Amino acid sequence: MVMEHAIEVQGLTKTFGDFTAVDNLSFRIKPGEIFGFLGPNGSGKSTTIRMLCGILSPSGGQGKVLGYDLKDSEKIKQNIGYMSQKFSLYEDLTVEENIDFYAGIYGLRGKEVRERKEELIQLALLTGKEKALAGTLSGGWKQRLALACALVHRPHLLFLDEPTAGVDPVSRRVFWELLYRVAAQGVTILVTTHYMDEAEKCDVVGFIYQGKLMGFGTPGELMGAMGLTNLEDVFIKVVEEDYQDEAWQELLKSHRKEVTGE
Amino acid sequence: MIKWFRIRSIVVKEIIQIKRDIPSLAIIFIMPVFMLLLFGYAVTTDVDHITTVVWDQDKSPQSREIIQAFEQSGYFDIRYYAGDMKEITWLIDGGEAKAGFIIPPGYARDVLKGQSAGLQAIIDGSDPLIARTALSTAQMIGQVKGFALKLESLSRFGLGIKAEPGIDLRARVWYNPDMESVRFNVPGLIGLIMQNITVMLTAFALVKERERGTMEQLIITPIKPFELIIGKLIPYVGIGFMDVIVTLLIGSLWFEVPVNGSVLLLLALSLVFLLVALGLGLFISTVAKTQLQAMQMTFMIILPSVLLSGFMFPREAMPLPVQAFGAVIPLTYFLEILRGIILKGIGLQELWRNVLWLAILGVGILTLSAVRFKKKLD
Repeated sequence: MVMEHAIEVQGLTKTFGDFTAVDNLSFRIKPGEIFGFLGPNGSGKSTTIRMLCGILSPSGGQGKVLGYDLKDSEKIKQNIGYMSQKFSLYEDLTVEENIDFYAGIYGLRGKEVRERKEELIQLALLTGKEKALAGTLSGGWKQRLALACALVHRPHLLFLDEPTAGVDPVSRRVFWELLYRVAAQGVTILVTTHYMDEAEKCDVVGFIYQGKLMGFGTPGELMGAMGLTNLEDVFIKVVEEDYQDEAWQELLKSHRKEVTGE
Repeated sequence: MIKWFRIRSIVVKEIIQIKRDIPSLAIIFIMPVFMLLLFGYAVTTDVDHITTVVWDQDKSPQSREIIQAFEQSGYFDIRYYAGDMKEITWLIDGGEAKAGFIIPPGYARDVLKGQSAGLQAIIDGSDPLIARTALSTAQMIGQVKGFALKLESLSRFGLGIKAEPGIDLRARVWYNPDMESVRFNVPGLIGLIMQNITVMLTAFALVKERERGTMEQLIITPIKPFELIIGKLIPYVGIGFMDVIVTLLIGSLWFEVPVNGSVLLLLALSLVFLLVALGLGLFISTVAKTQLQAMQMTFMIILPSVLLSGFMFPREAMPLPVQAFGAVIPLTYFLEILRGIILKGIGLQELWRNVLWLAILGVGILTLSAVRFKKKLD
């Protein structure tokens, strides 16, 4: 698939009555990048993701996902994968049945299903648990199964909404290994997280606070602009002080210019 | 464009889930049998064997004769013989006896003289159904016995006439000649069972999806609300249909209430009613947030439909506003259809009005629910 950007939004806005959940968001993500989307609870991350998935229409602005306009939700849905913070698979279905189900929903057939299922079970390290009920799996396994299900139709873009919330450190590391492997296959990944060690593993990071994009760049750029050595401090500073530092504002401005041309 | 493969995936998944869900299985397989037994045996409005106490102050062959007449009617079980009024009061107060007969001293004397002989019946009126039966039976026995005595005394005075009643009323009860409640209950049960099971399971199936967060995942797939609804409903149409057949079989083989009309027509119209019930379940699922709420709302639908549809109580006896309320309950029309086909053996020619109303309500409910459901997803 030839396209310049996997995600491209300009002035993306969503209001619910008087409340502005997402305020004039502009950014671009290149294909194959892992984009860490950071921000406190209620800052507008999930709303943004819902708009990018095509299940919530924006109040303003425009955007393209995988080259499709946000209004073209049919096309978008067929080409993206999504995994939410809650384990939202069928606990009373086995590992295999869960994969089969999503394969069916996305229109995979017969041999295609078997091959893809085998591939995913290997990739997501689920070997040996094919016949286990999803509900009996532990947290880390569940997350990997959810990832496998989200990947069943070979999406070009993967949305992960706090995929590792409540999972132990070892399982988190394993999960991120998987993400790297998926990204290496050319899949663009948008991931939200509250773990800053995870954020530092991303190619690009965006900070959102009260619906506004407060910072955007590689983890190195962001830490450099603030003169801090880890993203956690950056995050806290942005949220606590509505960060107004010049170097920081310069970085934001240059990024905005790059996206919107203003 | 509707994709059949997506619907099929939902159906397959749903069937696996039902197979693994013990409570659902219990509802599907045990509820019909349980309700049939309950309404076939326990909930019967046929009153007989009323426990009875007698205070015979006369102790004559004549008084024994009348007591025997009560006993032989089959309606009264003479369990107690009291010696005074206190004892009768005590037995009826305590619920030991539901009816009491007092035969005054001099009963035989009056009878033999051809005079009007007094006889007192005391009936526990707290259950009107029992009281009404006891009262009318007692009166009837009294009249018949009185008439016979009159004739006897007349003939003794040499006035033997061949007595013929002034009016010869020959009653013939159609469709249910023995007037057994089970024949009335079983056809209605088919509708009630079908409604309860389908409404409950459909509502659960959809609410569960939302409660567990799996709906969130489904929305992001390319599946369309319509495909999801169809896929979810197909297994429950199957289950509902299976329950109709099970209920019909038990009804005709065990309770001996055969289908007098066309079985095919019955099944076809059951399908129409099934769609109505599915619509109701779907509607609940758009309102209820949890399975518990869905359960409560299901009962909010079940209760009025048991009471107002004519399932237990005749609608003709209800005040007009209540009757009007019953007229918007789909079960009301389906009951007419069921009883019509099963008991009376009638067909579409007589039932078309009920079918039409059922269809109108069905299309209305299903459309409303589908629209609401779709909105909820968007």
